[in-house]
Amino acid sequence: MSTETVEKAIEKKPAEPLFSKRRKKLVTDPLVDDNPVTIQVLGICSALAVTTQMKPTLVMAISVIFVIAMSNFVISLMRNTIPSRVRIIVQLAVVATLVTLVSEVLKAFAYDMYKELSVFIGLIITNCIVMGRLEAFALGNKPYDSVLDGLGSALGYSWIILTVAFFRELWGSGSVFGVPVFDYVSSIFGPDFKLATNGLMVSPVGAFIILGLIIWVQRTKTGYVEH
Amino acid sequence: MQQSNTYIIVFSAILTIVLGLLLSGTSQVLGPLQQEAIALDKKKQILGAVIDPSEIDNMTPQQINEFYATRISATVVDINGKEISGVEAEKVEIAKDYKKPADKRQYPVFMFHAEGNPEAVESYIFPLYGAGLWDAIWGYMALETDMNTIAGITLAHAGETPGLGARITEGSLQARYVGKKIFDESGELVAVQMQKGEGKDYSSDAHKVDGMSGATITATGVNNMLKAYLGHYQAYIKNKTSNQAVAGL
Repeated sequence: MSTETVEKAIEKKPAEPLFSKRRKKLVTDPLVDDNPVTIQVLGICSALAVTTQMKPTLVMAISVIFVIAMSNFVISLMRNTIPSRVRIIVQLAVVATLVTLVSEVLKAFAYDMYKELSVFIGLIITNCIVMGRLEAFALGNKPYDSVLDGLGSALGYSWIILTVAFFRELWGSGSVFGVPVFDYVSSIFGPDFKLATNGLMVSPVGAFIILGLIIWVQRTKTGYVEH
Repeated sequence: MQQSNTYIIVFSAILTIVLGLLLSGTSQVLGPLQQEAIALDKKKQILGAVIDPSEIDNMTPQQINEFYATRISATVVDINGKEISGVEAEKVEIAKDYKKPADKRQYPVFMFHAEGNPEAVESYIFPLYGAGLWDAIWGYMALETDMNTIAGITLAHAGETPGLGARITEGSLQARYVGKKIFDESGELVAVQMQKGEGKDYSSDAHKVDGMSGATITATGVNNMLKAYLGHYQAYIKNKTSNQAVAGL
């Protein structure tokens, strides 16, 4: 009897399931409760700049998801070899390489998008969410967990900028994904029924207002207070 | 974790080499595709001066290349309107040439031919280049065969303010130029001036267009660009019009 128990103790701990509760939390936490944009208020620069229309915003979101997940993965793989004195430079080099890759691929396959986003793709390097996740998570955790953590933060960022872009494009240009919604509505109700667009929404000020409203609604619901 | 200096230097060197190889490899593989994309974009801009941009958006890259090949021909002239032979118009880089003095630059002219009649030229397209508020602005202007009436214009920019100066890329704004004249009654080049402020009606004035609210410096940049480049092409334009007069057109 006693020998059996000893053997059981030596037995390898079963591997954590691929989507255990802890891992799910890594992805879902940054979506709402710990959202990088609305709670931590990071990555605001690009949230304001690219969100005049849905299409470039979607491309931006996908690029950021790729860069954060991949850089988290790479840095996590190297985490035990990176000399701590130069770790920031190493992170920066990896992120910059990934961002350049994204920008090169866009330039080759979606040149119009590249023209529209060029500067802001480059600026992903300085997006605080990327370096923040590398410092706070990838340097101390295993690759798979780091990828999940990166995905969570990136998705949290993405749905916020897409929401902002939805309202800005709708009210600013009267369309969604380039589809002229306002024109359709006017054509249904006749020429007298005209929906006016608001120029304020096209300028960065519009993004501030929308973002402020989202943060307000969210914090009212979650009861989050800054200390 | 405290590592020696040697370790740090070796680590950094390896990292730099690996990342460098990765990047140069990517640029090698994607380079030709990017060149194609850039060439296609240029064709789109040139065609945008003569046909509706939304029409171009609906075309596949192949259709654009085909359309361009059948409808556009090009030549390169110098500041005196004399043809320079042996230079491909599409290869002239306006942005690079812009740094040279005006009389040393090469000036491409693109001719838009009528459908089904490759002999007849419908309009002449001239590249433009200048400075906006923050960065470069450029575009293409199409003149009708009278070499005076604007048939269309496309404008683009590198970094004008979104929602303000960046509006020069909007079709509705570019449409304001259509039908305007670049020469006054005495034959003097006055080009077209975008005015300060927005919302006024300039339909009766042949040399003025409505401005962009909040983007006066960009508008001034566009005005200077038009005046400058039409000036550079003036000799060519005058040649064309006098030839037409001789031919009784």
